[in-house]
Amino acid sequence: MSEHTYVPESKFGKWFNDRLPLLTLSKHLQDYPTPKNLNYWWTFGGILTFCLVTQIITGLVLAMHYVAHADLAFNSIEHIMRDVNYGWLLRYIHANGASMFFLAVYIHIFRSLFYGSYKSPREIIWILGMLIYILMMATAFMGYVLPWGQMSFWGATVITNLFSAIPFVGESITTWLWGGYSVDNPTLTRFFSLHYLFPFIILGLVVLHIWALHVPGNNNPVGIDIKKPSKDTVPFHPYITIKDLFALLIFIIIFSAFVFFSPNTLGHPDNYIQANPLVTPKHIVPEWYLLPFYAILRSVPDKLGGVILLFASIFILLALPWLDKSKVRSAIFRPIYKQFFWILVIDVLVLGYMGAMPAEGLYLLIARIGTAYYFLHFLVILPVLSSYEKTEPLPVSISEPVLKG
Amino acid sequence: MDKPDKKTNRRDFLFTASYTVGAVGIGATIWPFIAQMNPDRSVKALATTEVDISQIEPGKSITVLWRGKPVFIKRRTESEISEAESVSLNELIHPEKDQDRVKKSEWLVMLGVCTHLGCVPLADKGEYNGWFCPCHGSHYDTSGRIRKGPAPTNMEIPKYEFVDSNTIKIG
Repeated sequence: MSEHTYVPESKFGKWFNDRLPLLTLSKHLQDYPTPKNLNYWWTFGGILTFCLVTQIITGLVLAMHYVAHADLAFNSIEHIMRDVNYGWLLRYIHANGASMFFLAVYIHIFRSLFYGSYKSPREIIWILGMLIYILMMATAFMGYVLPWGQMSFWGATVITNLFSAIPFVGESITTWLWGGYSVDNPTLTRFFSLHYLFPFIILGLVVLHIWALHVPGNNNPVGIDIKKPSKDTVPFHPYITIKDLFALLIFIIIFSAFVFFSPNTLGHPDNYIQANPLVTPKHIVPEWYLLPFYAILRSVPDKLGGVILLFASIFILLALPWLDKSKVRSAIFRPIYKQFFWILVIDVLVLGYMGAMPAEGLYLLIARIGTAYYFLHFLVILPVLSSYEKTEPLPVSISEPVLKG
Repeated sequence: MDKPDKKTNRRDFLFTASYTVGAVGIGATIWPFIAQMNPDRSVKALATTEVDISQIEPGKSITVLWRGKPVFIKRRTESEISEAESVSLNELIHPEKDQDRVKKSEWLVMLGVCTHLGCVPLADKGEYNGWFCPCHGSHYDTSGRIRKGPAPTNMEIPKYEFVDSNTIKIG
């Protein structure tokens, strides 16, 4: 790459860059050749970076006022809401920020599914992304426990009990996770510690995710390999920075609408009741972004079976680059895959809805069909399509389909 | 490159020995960091709870907290007892005789924790007149045995004893 020969103009810059090539890095990030046909679905990487930084900053200041103790946590949240200057704002940004983070990550993931961004040579980017997603779920789950409300307590109880399904060692593992014989103060303090740590591990993985991206460069809507730099690319700055910024502003407007006008819509009223180990709320549900997995868990009438399917539904995604062997990346040129893509989107949304409903009757039946279809998509439809689908011809470059007409 | 002589020499022995000692050392160092998460002495010390049961009417139950978990103490009616005792073992998911789950058949003492994912089941609900777990729909009978739903085993019986006819000591 040409940046390696970059020489800063100022004498000090040259002196510094010879010792630590930060300016070379900055130059690389500015000049980074980007496909010129990237659409707005490609702006969510930047949006997600914004979300992570927002969560870290608001979380950092919330930790200055929060008390991680079973007797004090619930009241310290009320203290933040009522007494701390702008505490309500910081907490609402943090709580709604988690939802916004997941909204953006789901769009980002489905973008990748539609345009085949997980395929060779970008498998490592995809796997790093999935690890980030798994850590995000763990972080969000532990964060939800910290207010020590009823949903916090019972959510923690149900999720940690998933591990008790493991044969022979399950009980010992849950006791170890709890630091006691039930979810209690030791559980709360360790969740707080890990909830503080995980975002920084995510940050490290994000750096690797972007690093791995900058090796092959971005995929693009037509999904073909392009020469970089060439007529098919533009420098990242200012072309992509300004586009990302515009999308980010729209995103922040939606974010703010939740924070200022509807801050509790995505939460659950039962979490404003202090945790009570003697009473389970009538209908416990996880946060919306975990509902599809919850539906999969409940659709199996067997404890171990349900837990295995829950974890399988997440870890199957890691194998995706090897399940879909079609050489054509973008769904634009895959007429049959395109339809199955949208069926999968609907399937996940339906599973999410079923996860919010009680596990009985018709809801349970639909959840079971949805679960079966989810696995069918990844384990049967994708491998079969890779061999039998007749794909449409690919353009030779990004410019060609536009210029030849 | 030439294939080196395959014979094990003194250097191979030293490498293997060093790796082994290193691995044991790392393991021994990690252990305290893992073990600190297990229940500490103060948690283990909360061993027993004594409960006065003289005020419980037949058919009623009370819930007490023991080791952070609810314990149901139910004074069963004659019909509930006969219902529990008349079930044949091959109808049960987790076969246990009712007699083996109680010390006095009038009193059922058990952990009020669903064996599925740990919710507290609701009393006098469900298809078997016992308990029903609202979280994921497990039905228990009047002996606290799992009859229907995702829970794998019967509700657990804690260690307890009758101190006198009016007092139970749990733990």
